[in-house]
Amino acid sequence: MKIELKVNGAVRPVDVSPVARLLDVLREDLGLTGSKEGCGEGECGACTVLIDGRPVNSCLVPAAQAAGHELTTIEGLAGRCGYAKEGATPLQMALVEWGGTQCGICTPGIAVCAQALLSEEPAPSRERIREALAGNLCRCTGYQLIVDAVAAAAEGGQA
Amino acid sequence: MTQAIGVSPPRVDGLAKVTGAALYVDDLQPTGCLFGRTVRSTVPHARLDAIELDPDFDWSQVTVVTAADIPGKNYVALISEDQPALVPVGGTIRHVEEAVALVAAPTKALAEEARRHVRLVTSALPPVFSLDEAIAAEVKLHGQDNVFKRFEINKGDLAKGFAEAELVVEGTYQTGAQEQMYIEPQGVIGSWEGDTVRVMGSLQCPYYVHKALKGLYGLADEHMIVTQAVTGGGFGGKEEYPSMISIHATLLARKAGAPVKLVYERDEDVAATTKRHPARVHHKLGLMRDGTIVAAEIDVQIDGGAYATLSEVVLSRAILHASGPYRIPHVKIVGRALATNHPPHGAFRGFGAPQTTFAYERQIAKAARALGMDPFAFRRHNMYRLGDVTATGQTLRESVATEEVLSAVEAAHARPGPPLRASGPSIKRGRGLAFYFHGAGFTGSGEERLKGQATLALCRDGRFEVRSSSTDIGQGAQTTFGQIAAMGLEVEPSQVRVAQPSTDLVPDSGPTVASRTCMVVGHVVGQAGVKLRAEVRAYAQAHDLDPEDFAAIAAHSPQELQATVTYRPPPGIVWDDKTYSGDAYPVFGWAACLVEVAVDTDTLEVTVERCIHAVDIGKAIHPRIVQGQIEGGTLQALGWALWESVIYDQGRVLNQRMTNSIIPTAIEAPELEALLVEVPYSHGPHGAKGVGEIPMDGPGAAVANAIEDALGLATDELPLLPETLERLGRAGGAA
Repeated sequence: MKIELKVNGAVRPVDVSPVARLLDVLREDLGLTGSKEGCGEGECGACTVLIDGRPVNSCLVPAAQAAGHELTTIEGLAGRCGYAKEGATPLQMALVEWGGTQCGICTPGIAVCAQALLSEEPAPSRERIREALAGNLCRCTGYQLIVDAVAAAAEGGQA
Repeated sequence: MTQAIGVSPPRVDGLAKVTGAALYVDDLQPTGCLFGRTVRSTVPHARLDAIELDPDFDWSQVTVVTAADIPGKNYVALISEDQPALVPVGGTIRHVEEAVALVAAPTKALAEEARRHVRLVTSALPPVFSLDEAIAAEVKLHGQDNVFKRFEINKGDLAKGFAEAELVVEGTYQTGAQEQMYIEPQGVIGSWEGDTVRVMGSLQCPYYVHKALKGLYGLADEHMIVTQAVTGGGFGGKEEYPSMISIHATLLARKAGAPVKLVYERDEDVAATTKRHPARVHHKLGLMRDGTIVAAEIDVQIDGGAYATLSEVVLSRAILHASGPYRIPHVKIVGRALATNHPPHGAFRGFGAPQTTFAYERQIAKAARALGMDPFAFRRHNMYRLGDVTATGQTLRESVATEEVLSAVEAAHARPGPPLRASGPSIKRGRGLAFYFHGAGFTGSGEERLKGQATLALCRDGRFEVRSSSTDIGQGAQTTFGQIAAMGLEVEPSQVRVAQPSTDLVPDSGPTVASRTCMVVGHVVGQAGVKLRAEVRAYAQAHDLDPEDFAAIAAHSPQELQATVTYRPPPGIVWDDKTYSGDAYPVFGWAACLVEVAVDTDTLEVTVERCIHAVDIGKAIHPRIVQGQIEGGTLQALGWALWESVIYDQGRVLNQRMTNSIIPTAIEAPELEALLVEVPYSHGPHGAKGVGEIPMDGPGAAVANAIEDALGLATDELPLLPETLERLGRAGGAA
């Protein structure tokens, strides 16, 4: 079936199977490989994208259902937040600076999810950051430096 | 020049990772690439009588590979040559996930469909699943006794030691398998260009894959090119298994005449790839009433699974750590790696040490309590100090940080901790300590044999390049190597880059394992930096060039200026493999971990309220990266202790998915208090020792000691799931 996806501000027509997962369409049809597949069942959060600003596991969403909504992937996160020129949001830079990324496979999902949190709640507590990231598994960091990075990027933030 | 060591610049790979630009193996899609799938056994032990392709299925677009397609020797090269790449017809299936055939097709869906239309005809053989069945050896899987390897360490006179002892503490300690659960599943792309085979994959050790391909294809070294893609975590899980997948992908590619991508699904990865060895340790301590340990007798059994793989070396590390960082005059340690019909167990951060550390630190906690001694005081009374002699007869000549790590934990504990998370009338609280050590680098004469190399080169663009086969699997090797090289070269870190490890471009630095990357390979990177700097200066002088104008020097020199250094262990290291005595490791790292738990006595759920972890790493080249290593390892250890279980049923993993194979989230994780202790090592780069594994060794015991403190149960096994605590409570297992 032919659908139009609005991804990172651009309308992208795609011809997909009715059961195609949004994750596969993003990665394979649109070449947006920043969203990762760690489990394919909505547990790890490595495939997190924003649908109308809310974080969603793209491995659980049929692409057809995403038509008509505004999608943001890691590739478009800086643009959506007004940092297109810099290429990365202050949160993404904080993840680098604080050591919130190691192997990096979970990082796009973490960045997308944490950015959504900061859009809703500019100054979340550490507990709130942990809750918001509970759907994003990281096996490298123990989460400490991720939470530090998000706290540092929050309004008036200090880790 | 700015100081490059002991500071934490942004990771060199950071920006690409946070923007999604970093390309992992599944992000690559070469033109015409096919998708591979693996046909696995469905029985744990059987003779393979036939492989049948469904005659009603359309095979026209599918490539099928069996053992008959292997041009050379059918084995996955490692220590032994016992594991076939594919079980041949007439051969023996030894575990339930054993690879028997391979399929490739233009789409993933067709490859999966084809896999389901391959039928195996087998004749069942009796399986062995438990250590007791393996030891009984009624079914013989390996030799006459099912023992892959036996080691023994002897020091002093054990009988005399126990005759002197006024108190004996004895127990049996069991730990379960643990899944590495890197978030990126295993995967490679295999391809051929004429008679040259290429592998691009998610892997820790390019030269292990290189060696495995050599056995199979018998090609000259330069006709096998193995390249590491950006790798989404390893933790030991991508040490040996990528050799298997690389063989499979290249066999398919060879027959299909097209590149083949073989990326595992999560359930396949959990079911089929290696895990931490399940272990059983019987541990007996003899003590004097004043708290002095006089004797230790330790028996270590690990479940190696169906093939020898790395079990021998895991067992070696397990027994070399089994008596702990304690001065004991009379010691006997026996270790056995046993054959079963489980999928082979393998490398996982800690590599045998966490299993024996759990046992001895449970014993130490019990002994301190039996003697009425404070846990810190008891450990201080018996701990190694400079000049002490270990169980293998090694004199500790330098960098013994036992007092430093204990003091660091005590000092941190005196400060307020994070807010308590659990509350209510059903909560009981407890505190547990663990104290341990970890030998960095290869055991015994391993580094002498490996002769790891690294090269530094001045490139045409005037920048320097580090060339080594040590891979960055998230632990920050690229960044750390850049810092060490910059120091040696006396340039800014921004003038140094680290080459992507590829066997056609980098020398063999040895594998990326054993906490050796920074300490051993980093050491030669630094030396190569010093050497190259001297050569660059000499060249500039000889040709009247500005010694700081590297671009001009590079442009002037007809050949690339470079320096290669081979690792040489420190002098005076002597190891005897026959008697298992001598200097087991050039140096040890030391650590102490204090855990406070809250146990809900209604649900038996455990909350880790506080976790203080002091780790001596010699010198932190990049303190933020080191902190991340300690914290990540700590949470994996807490996970092993409290939440992570691998449930085997008739040799098959029942919990193959992330939904039921649990690892901790940001909510279970406590606020971690990592303390960096720096007692330098004379042969590490700027004093650095290994850091990768040591944080995994001890927190498990600290958790068990804390739960014992809270509930009064003998918490002698891991994981301590609520159902485990319920069973221990019912059994009346008072400590």
